[in-house]
Amino acid sequence: MKRQSLMMKGLVYVVLVIGSLFCLFPIFWMVRTSLITMGDLYQIPPALIPKSLSWDNFKAALEAYPFARFFMNSTIITVLAVVGVLFSSSVCAYSFSRIEWKGRDKVFGFILTGLMIPFFVVMIPQYVFWNALHLTDTFAPLVAPAWFGGGVFNIFLLRQFFFSIPRELDEAAKVDGAGHFRIYGQIILPLAKQAMIVIGLLTFLANWNDYLGPLAFITSEKNYTLMQGLTLFQGSYSAQWNLMMAATTVIVIPSLIVFLIAQKHFIEGIAMTGIKG
Amino acid sequence: MKSNPVMPGPYAALPKGKRKSGQELRYGLLFASPVLIGYLLFVLFPIVASIYLSFTTYSVGTLPKWIGTANYQTLFSGADPFFYPAVTATFYYVFVSVPLGIVISFFMAVLLNQKIKGRAFFRGVFYLPVIIPLAASSMVWMWLLQPDFGIVNYVLELLHLPTSQWLGDTTSVVPTLILFSFWTLGNTIVIFLAGLQGIPAHLYDAIEIDGGGRFHKLFYITIPMSSSIIFFNTVIAFINGFQAFVQPSVMTQGGPNNKSLFYVLYLFNEGFKSSRMGSASAISVLLFLVIALFTAVIFFFSKSFVYYEGKGGKS
Repeated sequence: MKRQSLMMKGLVYVVLVIGSLFCLFPIFWMVRTSLITMGDLYQIPPALIPKSLSWDNFKAALEAYPFARFFMNSTIITVLAVVGVLFSSSVCAYSFSRIEWKGRDKVFGFILTGLMIPFFVVMIPQYVFWNALHLTDTFAPLVAPAWFGGGVFNIFLLRQFFFSIPRELDEAAKVDGAGHFRIYGQIILPLAKQAMIVIGLLTFLANWNDYLGPLAFITSEKNYTLMQGLTLFQGSYSAQWNLMMAATTVIVIPSLIVFLIAQKHFIEGIAMTGIKG
Repeated sequence: MKSNPVMPGPYAALPKGKRKSGQELRYGLLFASPVLIGYLLFVLFPIVASIYLSFTTYSVGTLPKWIGTANYQTLFSGADPFFYPAVTATFYYVFVSVPLGIVISFFMAVLLNQKIKGRAFFRGVFYLPVIIPLAASSMVWMWLLQPDFGIVNYVLELLHLPTSQWLGDTTSVVPTLILFSFWTLGNTIVIFLAGLQGIPAHLYDAIEIDGGGRFHKLFYITIPMSSSIIFFNTVIAFINGFQAFVQPSVMTQGGPNNKSLFYVLYLFNEGFKSSRMGSASAISVLLFLVIALFTAVIFFFSKSFVYYEGKGGKS
């Protein structure tokens, strides 16, 4: 009995290690390829870690296209989106949880239907809309939705969170003469820091990693994001995998750093959000 | 609430409760205004517009011209050579990758839920691929699977196993994309694990007292207690699967021979590359209907699945 359970445990570790290798190897191979020379690239047999490593690919990759510019564009879009989402989703969640207004829950139920609307269904009319305003090929189409509600899902999450904050705190503040602005800013927001961090992180990733949005709305190269820059690169360096992987590594690093710093928040956030795909 | 009839002031005529509720309504609408405007502008109006445009022929810079159901007829009659290939490719991908993905991630979550060392480490490792931009990981996998110089074929050759053209062959392209989809199961694994950790330990103790073993625990407690979370994640995975865009867009552009022309890639090409926005709208309306159906299933069943208190234990 004892021996059998020990074997079982060993088996569990074996499967987990195989799974981990499956997850980690592509990332390792990306970094490894980004550091080798063209000569080593097609070497048979390929060395796991080549003898000579160099940073030249990064230099070449970053000079081939205005990556600094793409990096700036991605950063601007992401920052504006994160700030917008944090502000507008918390304000709206406050209304739907702390202010007693007539029809509130019916309106919220209606808005919840937006939860599952795929971007693909609204993409073309949105394009027509922004085009009519002469705002395609700007950051506006990518950032504006963040400021107008910031995603029904985030409002839903924050609303749940706000419900868990004791109402007595509001009442006490009201007695002291505080209005909704002060209750929102000085009581609810500080207490919801944890949930706000999770939403901020998920929003960062969603925008930094976004590929479809820029592809639909951004057309001129000077406004490209990093993801678009990567596909540009793919077009002209398709056989130079070491350069390709250098560019890819550069793009992955910010997401990687954010994850390593905030891993705990991510995992707890995902578990908390439960149904988010 | 009764008003005080002798109360002075401009609002004296109004009952106190009404005055208050009017004020709360104003504040409520003010605070909710971002999402109210946003919902109208970015959800409701576009959906209505999509439906309207689907009955027209339209490209940016022209006026939409009403053509009735012609767009839909073109799609269903097969006059559009891409519609059925796109539907076939997408269904193939979704109906294989989702069930397999759910089984694999639940299995991994069950393993992680054993009394093991380094659970947090494994969990972090499985989650890592999820945060990497899909466009970037698509690129990495293209290199891994490159038929002539990729490491995967090299290793297979070394082991005297059959190699593959992977993304380059009409029969292997969708299976390859399915394999790639398993790389980003970390999200589902983490959600399943949180659910498993919420299952009360006394249930397992009860089985042990009755002399049940590992498999009894799995089939009589773990799986039934996770049924709702499995169900939800399956439906969500279907909804996401129908919208797989980045992978075919970066890796195959729908090829070879349209075998990986996923539905949303076809939709994007029709609207933005071919500038046929009327027909693209018809394609998007059909997607909307399919996803609405899946969503309705969730809402319908969420009422019967009351047990949903897995709060996500810490470890």
